[in-house]
Amino acid sequence: MSELTPSQTVGPYYAYGLTPEGRKRWKPGDHYKWKETVGDNLVTPDAAGERIRIEGVIYDGDGKPITDAMLEIWQADAQGRYADPRNGAALPNTSFRGFGRSATDDNGMFAFDTIKPGPVPGPGGRMQAPHIVVCIFSRGMLRQLYTRLYFADEAANAADPILSLVPADRRATLIARRETQNGKPLYRFDIRVQGEGETVFFEI
Amino acid sequence: MSLVYPTQSLSVYPKHLSPGYKSTIKRSPSKPLIPMPHTISELTGPVYGHDAIQENDNDLTRQHAAEPLGERIIVHGHILDEDKRPVPDALVELWQANACGRYVHIVDQHPAPLDPNFTGAGRTVTDKAGYYRFVTIKPGAYPWGNHYNAWRPNHIHFSVFGHSFLSRLVTQMYFPGDPLFPFDPIFNSVTDEKARNRMIASFDLENTVPNWALCYRFDIVLRGREKTPEDMD
Ligand SMILES: [Fe+3]
Repeated sequence: MSELTPSQTVGPYYAYGLTPEGRKRWKPGDHYKWKETVGDNLVTPDAAGERIRIEGVIYDGDGKPITDAMLEIWQADAQGRYADPRNGAALPNTSFRGFGRSATDDNGMFAFDTIKPGPVPGPGGRMQAPHIVVCIFSRGMLRQLYTRLYFADEAANAADPILSLVPADRRATLIARRETQNGKPLYRFDIRVQGEGETVFFEI
Repeated sequence: MSLVYPTQSLSVYPKHLSPGYKSTIKRSPSKPLIPMPHTISELTGPVYGHDAIQENDNDLTRQHAAEPLGERIIVHGHILDEDKRPVPDALVELWQANACGRYVHIVDQHPAPLDPNFTGAGRTVTDKAGYYRFVTIKPGAYPWGNHYNAWRPNHIHFSVFGHSFLSRLVTQMYFPGDPLFPFDPIFNSVTDEKARNRMIASFDLENTVPNWALCYRFDIVLRGREKTPEDMD
């Protein structure tokens, strides 16, 4: 048995603590205000790369939207660099941090504005296709769920070492569709927690 | 520093499906999770705007015109990894009900009063020793709809970042001796008793401030231990 402090659910009321300035189901009013540390807009003016928007709805086992979920994403910049100073690899040379947080709204929708990430190294010297790590928290989830978002227009998906671990008939659940919204690229990434078309989650 | 994150350590976490907590029934995957090797994407971790944190963010009793009602308490401790090394520079966020057991959140309809002087959210960053400290008030118990006469034990929600995206933890801190423990399916979703007890803060008389506030200690252990030669591939 390990000595870890166990995980517990984020519950239904996290918004005023964790996403006070982002998408949320509470009205801040004249409550104590603080500066945002983590939000749903990751774009910094100095970051190179394609500006994209990610949108999706998260559904429960009855196909109902989950209106009190929180998603966190972690990604490399357009050149495939992670902004983690503890990591020995090259850091981004911009202020892009690659970490975002979004609460779902009353329709179960989350959204991020970000930069399309570049490919990063993978196991055994193979490159990984561009992807974003997604972490999901919600009432009814006693521990977070990890999944990955890949991009439909990337030929590199075919050789991705992690996607290849996923049964072929379930890979599509990890691939965001490319659309256009107001003339800008939008990737749609719906998440089904349970049941038909269940999104692949990873044991990590 | 290079760390590994054995998935065996997660055996003390609750199962995704814990039917006593009804909301897990439709919000847990039905298919087995797919194991995968940890890549640079999982082994690196978020950086955040430390500069956004302001002086009173970690003192929930000083965020409004007057002090909130309730029992003032200090909650402090260390964020550690599996080797019990401190995790410095870690963002620690918390949120909680007020002394009456009511959250300011719009969805909370518990007919207990809101306190105009209490939002119930705080945050801080650990120092070099992995130490954090909050001043707040003791949250009240509150009812919820899981089953007949269901009440949550007093608790404070914690969100913590560690060395990587794998050591991310959201948990709840409980108070010693709560009579509601045997009846709470969220607390008991952790089936190992020792692990469950690690979510209970200890009363800390030594750091209790005379004539001012009781103190509770809550140390948090995150995933991640030092790589040994056997871990090399
Ligand atoms: Fe709660």
